[in-house]
Amino acid sequence: MSALIVLLSISLLVAGGFLIAFIWSVRQGQYDDDCTPSIRILFDDKEK
Amino acid sequence: MSQSISPSVEVQCYHCGADCEDTIVVHDDKPFCCEGCKLVYELLQENELCSYYDFTQNPGVSPDKSYYAGKYAYLDLPEVHDRIIEFTDGRQTHINWYLPQMHCSSCVYLLENLHRLHEGVISSLVNFPEKKVRVVLDEQKINLSKLAELLTYIGYEPYLSLQDVEANEAPKTNRTLLYKIGISGFAFGNVMMMSFPDYFGLGETQNDHRLQSMFSIFSVLLALPVFFYGASGFFVSAWKAIRKRYLNIDAPIALAILVTFVRSLYEISTQTGVGYLDSMTGIVFFMLLGRYFQDKTYSVISFDRDYKSYFPVAVTKLGARNQEEEVRNDALDNSEIENKDANHRSPVTDHQILVTDLQPGDCILIRNKELIPADVRLISERAMIDYSFVSGESIPVEKTRNELIYAGGRQVGGAIEVEVTKRVSQSYLTQLWNNDSLSKKQQVTQSTMVSQINRYFTWTLLGLGISGLLYWGLMGDLPRGINAITTILIVACPCALLLSDTFTNGNMLGMFGKHKFYLKNAQIIENLSKIDTVVFDKTGTLTLPDDAQIQFIGKPLSQMQKRIVRTLCEQSSHPLSRLIAKSLSHVPKEQLLSDFREIEGKGIEAKLGEDCLIRLGSAQFASPLIAGIPSAKQDDNTSHVYFYFGDRVLGYFEIQSQYRDNLPQTLTALKQKHYQTFLLSGDKPTDVEMLGNLFGSTSQLHFNQKPDDKLQFIQKLQEQGRTVLMVGDGLNDAGALLKSDVGVAVSDNINNFSPACDGVLQGSQLSQLPQYVRLAQSGRRIVVQSFIISLLYNIVGLSFALTGTLSPVVAAILMPASSISIVLYTTISSRIASHKLLK
Repeated sequence: MSALIVLLSISLLVAGGFLIAFIWSVRQGQYDDDCTPSIRILFDDKEK
Repeated sequence: MSQSISPSVEVQCYHCGADCEDTIVVHDDKPFCCEGCKLVYELLQENELCSYYDFTQNPGVSPDKSYYAGKYAYLDLPEVHDRIIEFTDGRQTHINWYLPQMHCSSCVYLLENLHRLHEGVISSLVNFPEKKVRVVLDEQKINLSKLAELLTYIGYEPYLSLQDVEANEAPKTNRTLLYKIGISGFAFGNVMMMSFPDYFGLGETQNDHRLQSMFSIFSVLLALPVFFYGASGFFVSAWKAIRKRYLNIDAPIALAILVTFVRSLYEISTQTGVGYLDSMTGIVFFMLLGRYFQDKTYSVISFDRDYKSYFPVAVTKLGARNQEEEVRNDALDNSEIENKDANHRSPVTDHQILVTDLQPGDCILIRNKELIPADVRLISERAMIDYSFVSGESIPVEKTRNELIYAGGRQVGGAIEVEVTKRVSQSYLTQLWNNDSLSKKQQVTQSTMVSQINRYFTWTLLGLGISGLLYWGLMGDLPRGINAITTILIVACPCALLLSDTFTNGNMLGMFGKHKFYLKNAQIIENLSKIDTVVFDKTGTLTLPDDAQIQFIGKPLSQMQKRIVRTLCEQSSHPLSRLIAKSLSHVPKEQLLSDFREIEGKGIEAKLGEDCLIRLGSAQFASPLIAGIPSAKQDDNTSHVYFYFGDRVLGYFEIQSQYRDNLPQTLTALKQKHYQTFLLSGDKPTDVEMLGNLFGSTSQLHFNQKPDDKLQFIQKLQEQGRTVLMVGDGLNDAGALLKSDVGVAVSDNINNFSPACDGVLQGSQLSQLPQYVRLAQSGRRIVVQSFIISLLYNIVGLSFALTGTLSPVVAAILMPASSISIVLYTTISSRIASHKLLK
């Protein structure tokens, strides 16, 4: 019983961590443009 | 690697296709007209993006220098500057500009490497779907006007309009929705996890009961933010609609969420059950996902433009000077002024002024192809005004000194000087725009198929629920009755209905967009599927706006004569001259011509060497000199330009406006499907016979139609019970486009919007019109089919609900299953439909 409570709290903490990571990434603007990065990744960055 | 050689033959720049006139820069065995073009080529080559050059020849469209020289000087005015930029700290300035020409990954690459083209650019970041570029620049090294020129030079002219300056638009991306999705998804997953023990059976022991209540408490805690934050949008929208006394699609959803939440709280607090919190959080999560998808499909094109977006932001106001001298200059040689722009005006007294600040009496300079922003009086000797933007008449009107020119005209040819007579806000164009027929947007969101079904659905549901309540109530089992009505509302939530509509329409809009047909909203798809009459405008819609069929009739011209014709035509701003010059752009210029003279309304002449006279122009201008020339059949369909060379007329150029490709097939396809087709044209009757054949009979052709006539015509058709699709362009069709059930503007540059249209169709895609209509029809079919699917789910759910035996586990399976299968079905079937019909 008490083990379950501990486990449940841990699992909620982990999931909450992911939620916070998601909110952080939205704040960063990572979801503002979901198309250009897919193009950008194909460019070589050969800086001269 | 690169070297400069002097030109001996005419060489075209590999990048931009311009004549390399002064110097040629050779790099990689390819000629370039300047270092800039070479640099762009190098950038692309380094990254093996040279396939850019395979798409078309000389793709780097770099406009003529005279086109943009000085055009952006207004950006450096403090009052414009501050409203155009996003942020500055003195060293770094951020701008976010819309570049409509952006179209492929090479564009992204080029634009993100701006810092290699100019040291003043610190960095640049492209947002491809929005076609925007965010540039961080150092204004010490490059000012805004230089940056705009740089972008224009490499082929991406920034789109800056009066609208940008007048109001600062709020950022469009809706991050709140993403937060809501994140939180709802988090809660949904975890509540589901807490519910599993109950689904798989908890025992009756003391321990199991305590576990159960602990899980329930966690579930309620997780559901609270979903109910109050995630679902808030649905409640607000439903409440607004109810206050206006109608039921929108959000109303039953809000009701379902509310009932589910309250009943779950009741069950948990009285320990009579575990509630349906997993279903509730699931509904909210899926609905929010649907809404996000919907927002994404609409964000691509903004249709909320008005006349202001067509106007230039600023114009060149002329300083006080001796106007008499000015006029004499103009009269001397109109065509040369364009080239002399920069030194022709005294730079000290001329300055850029915001269009909104123009006062009557101000003298302004209008360059070639610039829109005249206010009603003005002409100061220059002569101007050719193209009113196609307002009236649809494609042939420019000639204006002479002191004549009034209305706003909305475009100068064709050299720069002209004009005096403003009315403020922009009082001009003819602005008033036309604010005309009732234009500003009255039909607000008929009520009549859509979905909202109709939704209303029936909601009332049926309430009816069923109340009868369930009454039945069990009369049977003496009131708790069971309440149980029945609440479960009905929970299970029969119209999520699937809403999702099927959202996703089908979203997919359809995407498919149309992919094939260059941009619709304003989903309602248009439904309207498009119902049309039975198609009305076309002629000029610019059926004909190509700047193309014509030109052939020379007479003795074939030698290469030298072609060169002479090209050079001669380039001296004139007359539209026919321009068309001929364009058709001969592949031959080089002739250097030996001299003594150019343009005789107004007749033609142009020049001398080759000492005494060889050359004339191009009307028959009277060229032919009275010598008889016996090949004479042209006189009809209204074509224009003729005669060519007199040395001592005789060699023949004439026949210029015929060119119709779009595949026009006959398009109209035949429409006729086969029993659509009525009509033609409405503002022009004089031309090609009557040919068009009569295409449209079925000449009675379907209507010429000399003023904008108001067009509107009346559409109205008459509608009074006969017809559903009309109007295909037109420009402001002259605006009334008709708005009046029609679906108004589609045809444009070769999709960023030129017509004010009142429901959709914009790329000119080259006009031949696909019948297929678009069929796709719209299959779109409606898919919505109906997915309605049936969701109805099946509802029947299963309701059969549980009416007997009052819906267990949480069944609800938790039915809800996501119906949502997911609807999304899959609509996505897959709309893709299949568009794949079959288009391409």
